[in-house]
Formats: sequence, structure tokens, C-alpha cells
Amino acid sequence: MSDLNKLTLSAARDLLRKKDVTSVELTEACLQAKSAGMALNAFVHDTSEVALEQAKAADNRLAEGDASSMCGIPIGIKDLFCTKGVPSQAASKILDGFRPEYESTVSQKLFDGGAVMVGKLNMDEFAMGSSNETSIYGDVVNPWKVDQRNLTPGGSSGGSAAAVAGDLCLAATGTDTGGSIRQPAAFTGIVGIKPTYGRCSRWGVVAFASSLDQAGPMTKSVRDAAIMLETMCGHDPKDSTSADLAVPNFEACLTGDIKSKKIAIPKEYRMDGMSEEIEKLWAEGTEMLRDAGAEIVGVSLPHTKYALPAYYVIAPAEASSNLARYDGVRFGRRANISAGDGITEMYEKTRAEGFGPEVQRRIMIGTYVLSAGFYDAYYNRARRVRTLIKKDFDDVFAKGVDAILTPATPSAAFSLGDMATMDPVQMYLNDVFTVTVNLAGLPGISIPAGLDAQGLPLGLQLIGKPWKEGDLLNTAYALEKSVGFVEKPEKWW
Amino acid sequence: MLDLTYETPKPKIIAGATHDWELVIGMEVHAQIASNAKLFSGASTEFGNEPNSNVAFVDAAMPGMLPVINEFCIEQAVRTGLGLAAEINLWSAFDRKNYFYPDLPQGYQISQLYHPIVGEGEVMVDMEPGISRLVRIERIHIEQDAGKSIHDMDPNMSFVDLNRTGVALMEIVSQPDIRGPEEAAAYMVKLRQILRYLGTCDGNMQNGNLRADVNVSICLPGQYEKFIETNDFAHLGTRCEIKNMNSMRFIQAAIEVEARRQITIVEAGGEVNQETRLYDPDKGETRSMRSKEEAHDYRYFPDPDLLPLEIEQSWVEEIASSLPELPDEKKARFMKDFLLSDYDATVLTAELDSAAYFEAVANRRDGKLSANWVINELFGRLKKDDKDITQSPVTPYQLGGIIDLIEHGDINGKIAKDLFEIVYIQGGDPAKIVQDRGMKQLTDTSAIEAAVDKVILDNPDQVEKAKANPKLVGWFVGQVMKATGGKANPKAVNELIAFKLRL
Repeated sequence: MSDLNKLTLSAARDLLRKKDVTSVELTEACLQAKSAGMALNAFVHDTSEVALEQAKAADNRLAEGDASSMCGIPIGIKDLFCTKGVPSQAASKILDGFRPEYESTVSQKLFDGGAVMVGKLNMDEFAMGSSNETSIYGDVVNPWKVDQRNLTPGGSSGGSAAAVAGDLCLAATGTDTGGSIRQPAAFTGIVGIKPTYGRCSRWGVVAFASSLDQAGPMTKSVRDAAIMLETMCGHDPKDSTSADLAVPNFEACLTGDIKSKKIAIPKEYRMDGMSEEIEKLWAEGTEMLRDAGAEIVGVSLPHTKYALPAYYVIAPAEASSNLARYDGVRFGRRANISAGDGITEMYEKTRAEGFGPEVQRRIMIGTYVLSAGFYDAYYNRARRVRTLIKKDFDDVFAKGVDAILTPATPSAAFSLGDMATMDPVQMYLNDVFTVTVNLAGLPGISIPAGLDAQGLPLGLQLIGKPWKEGDLLNTAYALEKSVGFVEKPEKWW
Repeated sequence: MLDLTYETPKPKIIAGATHDWELVIGMEVHAQIASNAKLFSGASTEFGNEPNSNVAFVDAAMPGMLPVINEFCIEQAVRTGLGLAAEINLWSAFDRKNYFYPDLPQGYQISQLYHPIVGEGEVMVDMEPGISRLVRIERIHIEQDAGKSIHDMDPNMSFVDLNRTGVALMEIVSQPDIRGPEEAAAYMVKLRQILRYLGTCDGNMQNGNLRADVNVSICLPGQYEKFIETNDFAHLGTRCEIKNMNSMRFIQAAIEVEARRQITIVEAGGEVNQETRLYDPDKGETRSMRSKEEAHDYRYFPDPDLLPLEIEQSWVEEIASSLPELPDEKKARFMKDFLLSDYDATVLTAELDSAAYFEAVANRRDGKLSANWVINELFGRLKKDDKDITQSPVTPYQLGGIIDLIEHGDINGKIAKDLFEIVYIQGGDPAKIVQDRGMKQLTDTSAIEAAVDKVILDNPDQVEKAKANPKLVGWFVGQVMKATGGKANPKAVNELIAFKLRL
């Protein structure tokens, strides 16, 4: 069988169960695709040897009748996840050489389920960025191209998105603090879900903004996302914010039946200057859901416009504190210090050399908004806004709404380098449709919904009720069927 | 609270060059919560282990590691709050206090600034019998301890020991109700005693398990009363905080020198700067820890890794129902049930083990006699050997046996002391020792009478003198005791001599 790397996770699973293919074959196909796909710069740490060992073990398990859905599936792991004995650097220089002695709960669950790690995936440094241009490993290149221009895969889970879209692995883990799963999924024509805050354990995932960070799968189909999410999530006593709730069989939720489901279209997401293409895509998606039997209602989420500023206060505030531990004392990279330098110089040099400009910018913003005299004006106000945004959603769901449909991003993927000379706020605007979901702790999924005039993928976002990922996935599944998105990037690498 | 009547002590007055000054003192006591594991990790809290051996990944702030609350530490804090008659907050929350230091791996300390677990309470500080200061507790919050930086092991390098990092502390914050160095030390003593009774802190100051930051200011007489009336700090002087003191002696000395320093400044027309200071016991001075430019902005904010801490009223009640008898109650009971003096009751209840020992001895025996034996003989003897009550070679059962022999008239006080020393050194059943060694006192009056008669007969000169000066009767008593090997009942000897000499 050829092109095993192009299989969806669910198709591969079925073949593995039927013994039509082995995990070693799948893994070797992905490792070859990975080697051939160096130009995408999606993978950063090679774990081929680990992968083949894991694949052999998975084949043994499969031979013994193990029917775990993830058993034998080659996946990529975002560099933000700590993986035991394998470099885990959050794409930062400051964690140079760091190999954790522990395995993140999410990756452990995947490995316990028999998943195979093809490699660690590139990302924006400390998950801070929307274009995967802040990584110490360099930019990730989107498999989709226009006019020979290199495009961004989005960020921060850009490596995950490019690897899945480019068929370098069957699926990947991502993390999403303000849209870092959903935006790159939209930019690369794949599916990405951020579950309800507390669904996936954060233990062992390098923290960016603790109250917003969630892990989730990035896959080639909604079914794949359902399968992988089920393995990734579940209560973890090691994370106090992890919910002690049973994990449903998400795949079993995929009936495609959304008759009489109430889908809301929030008017505040129709932004000034929104492109006609996005507008059209959104309208088409709405009609498809209506045609599938859903009831469409218009709703208002009045505090939406304050979400982005609130997010860019809260996330940096938490980050400034979370990143204080990177001080050169215990692990990672310590700057060379000169004779006579004291501890302050060591901190200053280590952090100045170890953190890239975007991370430094956010640490400074976060430090500023938490400082005496500004705390109430910024941080506390942002927290109040957050409460109001959450209430907006609560009110809408209280009216019987099952899901909310919005665009995933304000545009298609842009060229690498485009944002380099821009005001950083231009970059932050990428998250305008996604940050509200993190602030409210809700599940959100991005699915490919069409191509723009240049032939680049565009995504739609569905936002669900807390802990109702099954319903959300089913609505996404119905939309996916209606859209019938089958386009793939033309292989140039 | 107990119905104790007491008087309030007078505030300490320090005479300056131009005025008399009073002190106003508030204390922040850091008490290490007695717990086998740390506040947010399963690592051991054992003291004296190899450096960096009690360290979990989260203690070292490894990437992606998360804190999980140790429920037992919360229970201990609640127990402490209840022991200080304080309000327990069923809803509290953890905040991050951000600053950089190598022994603070996270770059922040998890503490409770905005919503502490324990609210207002009180401590009765005994100064002298009948004189006590009621010190109000403002709050108690839970926080992590930091590690230890070691700068003197290598000329070019500093080392960090994280064994202490993340150990649970309670910060017990008092109101500025303490009015002198002696009161400050007495407050510490009382707080330590209550914590040890509760079993929530071992009170070991030498290991740093109990230490205090002391806020000191000075004011003119009368100002403090205005402050109490209005709760306006403007009536008081500017305070300085003396950090991290772990001995009662240093606390007293530091307050003393700090007050004098402030008086000197103010009387010279200067102003006291609000700052953090360190006490140097070698030089007998306090000095500024950091300048204004280095002042920290701790950027407190709610820790997003921890959900707010919600506890049930029923759980608090369960803990309350398991509280032990506290020092004030125990002391009052000892005074009432055993008819002890305030002093004796204070000494005996200072430590739970001493109190338990005493109770075991005094059970169905004379309280005062038991107290005398425990305090004077036993404590005195133990002190000589540098032992504490838990190391006593004499059990309460043995000491009780000695007291029984005294009470039954089998031995007199002098023999009892000899007997005590035998039991202390060699052990054994006191009654059997007395039997075996013939130490029983003579209660047979005929034998005593014979001895008295012999002494009178042999010493006619002394008899004459004694008749002229009855005070000399003691000489006869001594002679009789000597003749009977100390076993004669002193009361009987006295009576017989007086009778025979017709005194």
C-alpha cells in the first residue's frame, strides 16, 4: 500500500485492526514523509528511533487484539509538551538542551493508548505568536502556497498544522491559549478542536497562560479529532484545574443528525472591513447547517469587542509570572557571565539572550499590567471583562442555543514575513474570533469550509457548550459532510 | 473564651532625651505547618536531609509542573485558626507574590494576599499572674516557604538548597497591640505554646520552624489610645519591619535597639523611613535591608493554577470537635482542680508533656505536693542533665509512688529526696526500695523517745541553754535525726523534744 502517510487517523485505525497494515509500515511512511518534508520545517526534534520502537510495541498489542483507537497511529507532538527524555524546549533558546524526566499527562495518555511519536513539532516560542515566526527553530512553512510565496501555517501550533496538512503524520497535538489550535487549522485546511478548559490536563505542558491554556488534537477529519480527543482528555489529580468528569465516547456522538439543533450566528462577529470571502463562507456554512435541519438564530454577544484587549492583558500577565522560572539557575540555558557579575546580571543576560522579542514583549506587558498602580486599571478590569464575556455566552446558551457558528480567522494564511514590519497589534488581530472562547473556557472547533479566490483554505469555527464536546463534534461532523472539503495542498516540497 | 479576670499591663516607656516614648509593635509570625509533605507537593519536609533531596519536580519549578494542595496543611491551618478563636473563611484563594531569587524556583511564592483562610482571632498573653495582654490576630494565611541560598561554601559560587522550598507556612499576623519587648517575647512564647498544644507547628525556633517579622514604631504617650479609638495609623509613628528573627532573646533585643534608633532620629528632628531591617545580634544594631530603588513590586495576582479553596462548615466543625484542651483552659483547670498557684499552673502547663506528666502524678494525690515534686525535684533534676520531660528516667507512676510514701508517713521529706535520686539513677519500685533498704521512717514513738532521752541525758549543757533560748531546740532535733539515721518522723521528734524539755 502506498501513501500510508496520507491516511486519516480513522482509516489507518480500521486498517490496523483488520491487519491490512502494520504500525511499523505506517510509521515508516510518516518518517519518510517527514524526511522528505524538511522544507516545511514542521518537526524540530527527531524521534525516529523512539517511533519505531513504539510502532513495534503497538503491532504486538494489535496482534494481541488491542482495539485502542490510537494504537499504532503515528502522530506528532507539539514541542510545548514535555516528553520524557526527549528535548522539550517550547521552541525557545532558553530551554536549550532541556530533556524532562517526566511525561506530560496528555502525551502519556496517547502513548498508553499505543500512539507512536514521529517527532516533536515546531511552534511559536512559548506558544506566543500567530504565524510560527517566533520559533528559535525558524519559521514553519505552510504546505499551501500561492504564487511561489511561502505562507505562514498560523500559530502557535504551526508545526502541528503543517505536519498534518502535509501528511507528515496522521495527526498531532496542539495547544490553544487564544486560538493556537483553531487558527493554524484554518490556515492549513485541517480540523482542530480546543476542548472545554479543564478537559485535558495541563500537567507537563509548558505553561503560557494557565487560565487559558488547553491541549487538543489537530487532525484531518472531525472523526479523527473525536477519536484523538477521547484519548487525550480525562481527569488528572495532578492538575487542580482538571475537571473530574467522565470522558464520553466522542466518536459515538458522530451521528450527523443535527435536526432541530439551535445554531446561533452572533452579530458582533461581523467585523468592519471583513472580507467578502469570509462573509460568504460564513453565510454558506449557515445555510448548510440550516439545510441539515438545524434552526438558525441571530444572537448578540455584546462584550465581544472587549475580548481581544482583555485577552492581551490577562494572557501576558499570567505569562510574565509563568516564565519567571526560566532564570538560568536550574535548567535550560544560562548566559555566560563576566567576572564581577552578580545574580541580577545573570538573570538579565540569561533572559535577554534566551527569550525572543515577542516573548520579551509579552513579559513586559504582563509585568506592567500587574504592577502597583496599574493592577486595577488593567488586570482587574480585564478580569471583569472576562466575566462579562462568559456571561454573554451563558445567556445565549440559556436560551437553548446548542452551538455558535463564526469564522475561524479574519483572513486566509498570509505570507511569512508580512507581519515583520507591522505593529504587533496587527498580528494579535488574528485571534479576534478565537480568544473569546478561551476567555469563556468553552470548547471550540475549526473545520475547513472552502478555498478563497487564491485557492487557500478558510475555516469556520463552531463554539459549543461547556463539557458538550460530543455535541459540538457532531455539529462539526454534519457541517464537514455538507462542505465536502477534499482539497489538499499541491506537494512542492 | 474562658472567664478570666485580668489586668492589662502598662506599656513600656523609654525615656528619650526630650520625651518619654511608648512602643507599638505588631508581629508577623511564620510558623511551619507540622506536616510530613509540602504544601503543594508530596516531597518530604524532614529537617536535616541531604541538600536537594526533598525536592519534587514542582518544587524545582520544572516546566509544566503544577501545584496540588495538600489537604492536611489546610486542616492544620483551620485547626490553628480555631485554637486562636479566629474566624474561619470557608472561601479563600491563593495568590502569587512575584520576585526573583535563586532559592525561589518559580519566581513567585504562592501565598494568600486577598483572601486568607483565617480571619480575626486573639491570643491572651500572660505577663504576670493576673496581668495579661490580649493581642488581636488580624489574619492567618497559608504560603510556601523558600529554599536556602548558601554563599559561604565557595569563593566564586553560590549554592541553592531546595529542601525547604514549598514547605507549608502559616503567617500569623497580629494587630499592633503589643506594647513592649517583653510583651513581644511573651506573645511569641504563648503563640508557640498554643501551636504546640494544637500540634500544628513544632515551634522549633532553632531550625527556623517558627520565626517572626516584627513591626516597631514609637509614639508619645496618649497617641496609642487615639489610634485605638480611631484606627487611624496617623496617630502612630512610622514603622520599621525587622525581618526573620528566630529567638525570643533576639526579638527583645532587636525591639529595644530599634526603638532607641527611632527615638534618636525623631528627637534629632529627623524622620523614620518605613523600611525592612535586619537585626545583627553581634553588633547589637538593626540595619536597612534594601534601599528604595530595590523595593519590590510583588505584582500579586490570583494563582491561575489553583482553584479557590472552598471548605465545608461541617468539616470545620469536625476539626473544632477534635481540638485539644488549650493552655488557658488547662491552666485554669489546674488552678481549680489541683488548687495550684497561678505560677505553678503556668509552669506545669507550659508544655503539653509536662502537663500530662503532672496530671498522671497528681491523679488522686495532693495537687500542691505533686506540683512541688514535679517542678522542684523532677524539673530541677532533669535540667541538671539537660533533659526534657519526655526523657525523664522517673515515670509518673514512680514519682507518684514516692509521693504516696510521703503521704502515708512512711518516709519523710529528706528520705524522699534520697529515694528520688535512687529511683532517678537506678530505677525500681519506690515502695520496694524503701522496704529493702530500711528507709522507712520511725513512727514508733517509743524508739524515738529513747533517742530523745539519750540526747537529753548526754547533753545537759545544751538542755540548759535551750531552756533559756527555745530556738536551740533545732539542735536537738538534728541530733535525734542523726541518731535515727534520718528516719524519725520530724513532727514526732519536735513534739517529743518540746515535751521533754518542758518548753
